Amino acid sequence: MAIETRSVTKRFGDFVALDDVSIKVESDSLTALLGPSGSGKSTLLRVIAGLETPDSGDVFISGKEATAVKPQKRGVGFVFQHYAPFKHMTVRENVAFALKIRRRPKAEIRARVDELLELVQLSGLGGRYPAQLSGGQRQRMALARALAPEPDVLLLDEPFGALDARVRKELRVWLRRLHEETHTTTILVTHDQEEAMEVADEVVLMARGRVEQVGPPRELYEAPANEFVMNFVGPVTRVGDAYVRPHDIEILLSPEGADSEAMVERIVHLGFEVRVELVDTDGEELSVQLTRDAATELELARGDVVWVRTRSSRVFA
Amino acid sequence: MIGKYAVRFTALGYLAVILVAPVSIIFWRAFEHGLGPFWAAISNPYAVHALKLTVMVTIVVVPLNTAFGIACGIAIVRHRMPGMGLVNAIVDLPMALSPVVVGLALYLLYGRDGWFGGWLFAHNIRVLFAFPAILLATLFVSLPFVVREVVPVLREIGIDQEEAAATLGSSAFTTFRKITLPSIRWAVAYGVVLTTARALGEFGAVAIVSGGIAGQTQTLTQYVQASYENFDLTGAYAASVVLAGLAITTLFLMTMLRPKEERSGNRDA
Repeated sequence: MAIETRSVTKRFGDFVALDDVSIKVESDSLTALLGPSGSGKSTLLRVIAGLETPDSGDVFISGKEATAVKPQKRGVGFVFQHYAPFKHMTVRENVAFALKIRRRPKAEIRARVDELLELVQLSGLGGRYPAQLSGGQRQRMALARALAPEPDVLLLDEPFGALDARVRKELRVWLRRLHEETHTTTILVTHDQEEAMEVADEVVLMARGRVEQVGPPRELYEAPANEFVMNFVGPVTRVGDAYVRPHDIEILLSPEGADSEAMVERIVHLGFEVRVELVDTDGEELSVQLTRDAATELELARGDVVWVRTRSSRVFA
Repeated sequence: MIGKYAVRFTALGYLAVILVAPVSIIFWRAFEHGLGPFWAAISNPYAVHALKLTVMVTIVVVPLNTAFGIACGIAIVRHRMPGMGLVNAIVDLPMALSPVVVGLALYLLYGRDGWFGGWLFAHNIRVLFAFPAILLATLFVSLPFVVREVVPVLREIGIDQEEAAATLGSSAFTTFRKITLPSIRWAVAYGVVLTTARALGEFGAVAIVSGGIAGQTQTLTQYVQASYENFDLTGAYAASVVLAGLAITTLFLMTMLRPKEERSGNRDA
């Protein structure tokens, strides 16, 4: 077990940021702490790094009790949401910082920095200052800096939060590949379920300072433990008391085998995906996801009367 | 277009009348009859002594108030302790208080009947009308400058970089030396310039506690006043020029340091 927290609780005044949180993170895994803002995910990450002290509970890193250990001695690499670059140092100096303060030989530092800059694709930019880099480049520099002392654990706090959508997607793929190369145990904090699903082996879903569910992305999507999880990890439409994924509803052109009747209210073309919004006979709205091909075949138009069948649905007590 | 020139003209005109004219006239008057009289006035032993005393006071005051200013700034911004708001307000006191009042306060404290004065006199330690009093007065009046420059910059840079350094294994002292200090260096440098200028130019507080004995406890500003009152105008102008020259040199050195530092920042890791 690379990281473990046991019954960690942290309050800021009256606000309970973490309420009895226990998680386990396997060595060499990439785990996402997923949740809406205020769910305590960043606080948990900071507690693991030693940047916050829990009011109660314990933290273990690589099997050793680390609750009272200073951040300097925990062997964790931390990447901040706003990169926290050392503004008065060049890219090279930023990356070399951890090695310099450990008084490693100059030749070794130079070789290691070269290697890291190569890894984060910043080889030509070592002489630049952080102010001369784009957001994505700054983030990669921060990663290289955190990796320099070869930490046992890499902690990323919303690492792509401040970047635009396209760069985010690129960096996600890149991070996944980096993890496969370095095999450093990594925890990533994010509020973006798609990011968590795409990057992580294991997802810890948090809300209001508590852990709602832990599992591989697919398990959270297919077997959500409760209403909150079902709503958070993917699109949901309601059929009576049941929750259904919009792609688990089938549109039929005849009443045979159908559950109910409905009318097409709106068709939204999103490229590969087509979203059809329906109103059933009780006036309830439901949303259906189709592939472009399936939608073409049905030849739907606004005002058409159709029948729907639910493939699978969930009811939470 | 006319608006633009009007603004420039007003700004430059104001600067010329309020700042440039008085300073220029001092230089002009000092060198009116050439270098000879200027040199004679400035090499007068009393003038030399006053200059030495002023420089000596400045050399002691600036490092003390710089170290205090950095420490106090960090305490105000980084340590959320009760009472820090009060400290923040008290630091401004020397700005608000007239130097004459400061001088009087020191006089009351260290005078023969003052709180500390009795004990000091009993042990034959001279504070008033001696170097220690001049030092205390100058420390007091030049205290806020480094703090006031450093506080907003510390607020603005936040604690992200310091936290990052900590997770990279940097000790508190190393973080201060390699991260915090370089981040606030221009604020500190500017604070040092202001502190130096204030220490060189201090008159009111020192006038009350130093005694102003020529060749003993007379600072350069007091020498200027004494010369002026004795109708030794050349002496007054010459000493004024030296004071202005010292201040300008300080400013100049600070601006000179800057690009050099930034060039060295480009060196390889």
